[in-house]
Amino acid sequence: MTRYIIRRLLQFIPVILISTLIVYALVFAIPGDPIRALAGDRPMSDAVRETLREQYNLDDPFLIQYFKYIWGIVTALDFGSTFNGRPVTDIIEQRLPVTATLALVTLVIQTIMGIIAGILAALYRDRFFDRFVQVSTVTMVALPTLVIGFLLQLIFGLNLGWFPIAGVNNGISSYILPALTMAAVSTGILARLVRSELLDALKSDYVRTATAKGMKQTRVITRHGLRNSLIPAVTFIGADLASMLGGSIIVETIFNLPGLGQQVFASIQGQEGTVVVGIVTLFVLFFVVINLIVDLLYGLLDPRIRYE
Amino acid sequence: MSEIHRPEARVEPIDSTIEPVGGSATSKTKKVEEASLLADAWRSLRRNPWFIVSAVLLVLFLGMALFPQLFTNNDPRECLLGRSRQSPSAEHWFGTDVQGCDYYSRVIYGARNSIAVGFIVAIGTFIIAVVLGLVAGYFGSWVDAVISRITDMVFAVPYILGALVFLNVLESRGVREVAFVLIIFMWPTMTRLMRGSVISVVNSEFVLAARALGAGPITIMRRHILPNSLGPVIGYATVFTGIIIGAEATLTFLGVGLQLPAISWGLQLSDAQPFLQTVPHLLLFPVIFVGLTVFAFMTMGDAIRDALDPKSKK
Repeated sequence: MTRYIIRRLLQFIPVILISTLIVYALVFAIPGDPIRALAGDRPMSDAVRETLREQYNLDDPFLIQYFKYIWGIVTALDFGSTFNGRPVTDIIEQRLPVTATLALVTLVIQTIMGIIAGILAALYRDRFFDRFVQVSTVTMVALPTLVIGFLLQLIFGLNLGWFPIAGVNNGISSYILPALTMAAVSTGILARLVRSELLDALKSDYVRTATAKGMKQTRVITRHGLRNSLIPAVTFIGADLASMLGGSIIVETIFNLPGLGQQVFASIQGQEGTVVVGIVTLFVLFFVVINLIVDLLYGLLDPRIRYE
Repeated sequence: MSEIHRPEARVEPIDSTIEPVGGSATSKTKKVEEASLLADAWRSLRRNPWFIVSAVLLVLFLGMALFPQLFTNNDPRECLLGRSRQSPSAEHWFGTDVQGCDYYSRVIYGARNSIAVGFIVAIGTFIIAVVLGLVAGYFGSWVDAVISRITDMVFAVPYILGALVFLNVLESRGVREVAFVLIIFMWPTMTRLMRGSVISVVNSEFVLAARALGAGPITIMRRHILPNSLGPVIGYATVFTGIIIGAEATLTFLGVGLQLPAISWGLQLSDAQPFLQTVPHLLLFPVIFVGLTVFAFMTMGDAIRDALDPKSKK
């Protein structure tokens, strides 16, 4: 087990190197001189410009720049700084809590709603609740995040006034609508996944045996049926958590949350390459760690799986 | 897919050796087989209520994109500042926007750009996916390795991140530019699907038989692999069109997609957002239209995929 974890942790290194390289290349491809943009309309002497370009390694070829960047991270945990001199770690520290809260609330909502809806739909197959879950999941999955976000804003924020429309000044309730927006598609997929997996499990021999032995229905479902049908659900939740960067850019813009997604968007517009690379690296790190946790969870859910 | 076709397909190469030009017997059997598959799919589609709903919506929106004049007599570009931000009325069904344009006609005319981007990207991606998927799946070994690793690399970049970076530096962005950038970052999913689909048929007996009879790679791919692996990709391509329409609206809303004076749902959304509290209907109508269009494509795609997939038949 320990050896397995260590081996997996070592595999992180090339994954992170390659993905940061791709993002670095992407950001590097942006034309224009960020130093000139920094000066704006005011005149800037050549000497100052040269010094700044030197300081940010802008005159080096692409690969050298990239290696200097990685070297800074490895040796001094230096993620670089914005062209205004603010360290990227500082920005991440300030923005991370918002996105982390958003991700956590999203995770809780989609896991609870998706799994419960899936179980109930499977148990009451072809009855009203099942039909309701099927229709609503098809709708949820087929609507873009943008549309869901605006609809929630209009209905629950504006018409009913239950939750704040934008900003983060109202504590956890500020996060409810954005999290519901992020969770909508995944909740739909999760509910369908759990429903079909549980239906398969309930038809299987070991569940029939358990029922035949006289085990209580609830215990049969929780101990035998559900346990096996949760493995694909865990895989899905993991993959979904990992893809939150794209979603957070949209959701944080719609609901005006000062999180990492909004920062990535602003930094792309301001040509602040180091900030973009720093935040994306953080997400990639998050992605590989989540994947490892998911793989370890398999062992808990399915004792046949062993880690060598 | 392969399981169902195997019996008929296995006969095919033998026929073609007898009549290499493709005589009447071959084409006849082929026609019957294709018709039955499509008729089968059509029969199950007609019974699917989701298909009916999405088909009606699609006809409506395609009509809107092609002939907006049929839906409104008003000119979307005729704007009078004096009637800015009016509520919906008999004269202006959806009210008027900030510039005092008739909002109903603007929303109707918005369908064209969205659906155009959707179709261009879907067709472009479909071609890339079919070619790369066929080549990677058929030849395997290093060809597959190269194509798959490139696919993985592009797949790892969230499309919205890549599109933001690229579109942000373009000075003028129209349907062409947005579609191009979306193709660049969104081809991997469909390519993976096509590759998987090809791999699932490439080792079938009918392919082996065709190869044993001396058919070249091009013939095998065109006559045996392509028809048997396209089903899931066609379904996904329809879903994908919906995804793209949503993506275009999102990018335009974020300010890196289409630009004024284009009429687009994404632009309407970003213009309406500041007035969310005072004139919410400016946001509501484009939201409904984008939502229904994307919904129609995605549901239609799901229905087609289920109909073409023999495993899902009851």
